Amino acid sequence: MQKNNVNRSVWLTILAIIMVVAPFTISGYKVDFLTMLMVNVILAVSFRLITTTGGWSLAHVPMMGAGAYATALISGKLGIPFWFSMPLAGLAAGLTGLAISYPLVRTKDFSFFVASFAAGEAIRLCWIRFKVPFGGHRGLGVPIPELIPGVPALDFAEAIPYYFLTLVVTIICLSLMYRLDNSRIGDSMKAVQSQEALAKSVGINADGYKMLAFFIGSFFAGIAGVLLAHRLWAIEPHQFGFTTTLYLLVWVVFGGSHTFAGPIIGVVVLTILGEVLQPLADWVPMVYGIIIILTLIFLPDGLESLPSRLGSSAGKIWKIRISFGD
Amino acid sequence: MFGVWVIKEALVAILELKGLGKNFGKNVAVNEIEMSVEEGEIRGLIGPNGSGKTTLFNLISGFLKPTRGMIIWQGQEITGLPPHVVTRLGLVRTFQLTALFSEMTVMQNVVISCHLHTGTTLWQQFRHSAETRRKERETEEKALNLLESMGIADRKDEIAAELPHGHQAALGIANALATGPKMILLDEPVGGMNPTETSETMDRIKMLRDRGITVLLVEHDMRAVMTTCDKITCINFGNKIAEGAPQMVCNHREVVEAYLGEEMACSL
Ligand SMILES: Nc1ncnc2c1ncn2[C@@H]1O[C@H](COP(=O)(O)OP(=O)(O)O)[C@@H](O)[C@H]1O
Ligand SMILES: [Mg+2]
Repeated sequence: MQKNNVNRSVWLTILAIIMVVAPFTISGYKVDFLTMLMVNVILAVSFRLITTTGGWSLAHVPMMGAGAYATALISGKLGIPFWFSMPLAGLAAGLTGLAISYPLVRTKDFSFFVASFAAGEAIRLCWIRFKVPFGGHRGLGVPIPELIPGVPALDFAEAIPYYFLTLVVTIICLSLMYRLDNSRIGDSMKAVQSQEALAKSVGINADGYKMLAFFIGSFFAGIAGVLLAHRLWAIEPHQFGFTTTLYLLVWVVFGGSHTFAGPIIGVVVLTILGEVLQPLADWVPMVYGIIIILTLIFLPDGLESLPSRLGSSAGKIWKIRISFGD
Repeated sequence: MFGVWVIKEALVAILELKGLGKNFGKNVAVNEIEMSVEEGEIRGLIGPNGSGKTTLFNLISGFLKPTRGMIIWQGQEITGLPPHVVTRLGLVRTFQLTALFSEMTVMQNVVISCHLHTGTTLWQQFRHSAETRRKERETEEKALNLLESMGIADRKDEIAAELPHGHQAALGIANALATGPKMILLDEPVGGMNPTETSETMDRIKMLRDRGITVLLVEHDMRAVMTTCDKITCINFGNKIAEGAPQMVCNHREVVEAYLGEEMACSL
């Protein structure tokens, strides 16, 4: 236990140093690549938070979109400074998630997939249909955040300042979610996933915890959307479409959703792989497809389970279990 | 004499079912059951497979909504309340095919089942201050005591799914007891246990009564039921066919015909 903690602090310190030094040693393009990677890490970890109560929501990327659109409206149209717009947009996404969770927690398994997909698409359709205020297919512009509102000299237009902004927000988001995951609240959520009938029977309000997970998960997805929007300076509905959802699913399946680190490993490994395979860009979807099939067959609990798998008997590695979405 | 008995029952009935029924489509699983369980008794519920015992449990515990009738708990109607609310009121059930948080340890199972008695709000759980940690340690102590009383404390760090069957059943009961119930519904608690485990579990069930917990027990092991229960109710095809003292029910003509068979009745 003690040794583990020491080990972990050593690794986290090394990681922190790399994260601080890295942007000064690479090109602006690569800095933005790392920024987007962090955005995706928040997205994947917040997605896992919802899966801890059992549901693999297909509406999670639209929740990120809700945060992006909210900040575009709040900071762009209403002119409210970024620092206020970010939490407000997160809250807007959280409330959107809470609203769709109300019908969703009453569905199970396949109908949950279909219903969550439909809910996400319905939200996207609103952005396309209601040109006022969402701007239709062309979307909305998003202002560049300013460190001190009204002082354009100190803004986050350049890659490196924005990188550090994202780094700080990512660290805060991950620590909050980590804390939640390791609290009794996280345990109750996992109990709902593990054995819903028993959870209810010992007095856990299963639907309530599922809705709470949706609210909090969507809040952080919204924050990821805010970070995305203020870097891209513009957002469109198709960015939050099903292709992005598929990527998210692949990351989380590949990394594994049982541990907090699983989705992070999944995003980081696959995103870097995608970047390395850039010359073969046309092939990336196929590579992803192969990866997900191989993962489901040979490593159903994801990359996170590899260390314990290698430690256990070889026979277990061949145990085929599709653990998708139960 | 009779009048006195009626008044006593009216005063101390902890659970009353009034015309309770459940249809699955055209299949009448439970039909107009009238039943009254006294506080502090161990009531046996027997009947052939498919007679509606588990369905009755599902109705009482809120997992199914009745088609007709009422459930009165301590004088208050609880018909149609969701399971977690019924549990909060002090009425908890176990599952026929033991349900556990199977990938968690024995200890974690019971700690989670102490959900209603952590004494902390969601916000306190999130903040996790020293005060909350102290309360969590208290919960763990409570859980350990419970495991001791069920005889599985030495297994506390094992994964629930990896326990032998008898211990899983014991953990299922421990989980239910962790909610601090006034009454517990046990659905075939000794199913799959060996004779030693069975008699130990039955002793523990009697201890529950001594601690003031009312028990409604579904069980096929007639010897266990006969020696444990104060009173037995027998149902067949969703209808109550007999109720009374164990010896009386056992020799009841319909019960023998529907369930026990001649030999069994004589041997008991
Ligand atoms: N969820 C359900 N849907 C449809 N029929 C059910 C359901 N649960 C139980 N039944 C039916 O209700 C009847 C009573 O079953 P059950 O209560 O499980 O009996 P027991 O526990 O006494 O063996 C059976 O005919 C069974 O098929
Ligand atoms: Mg049954």
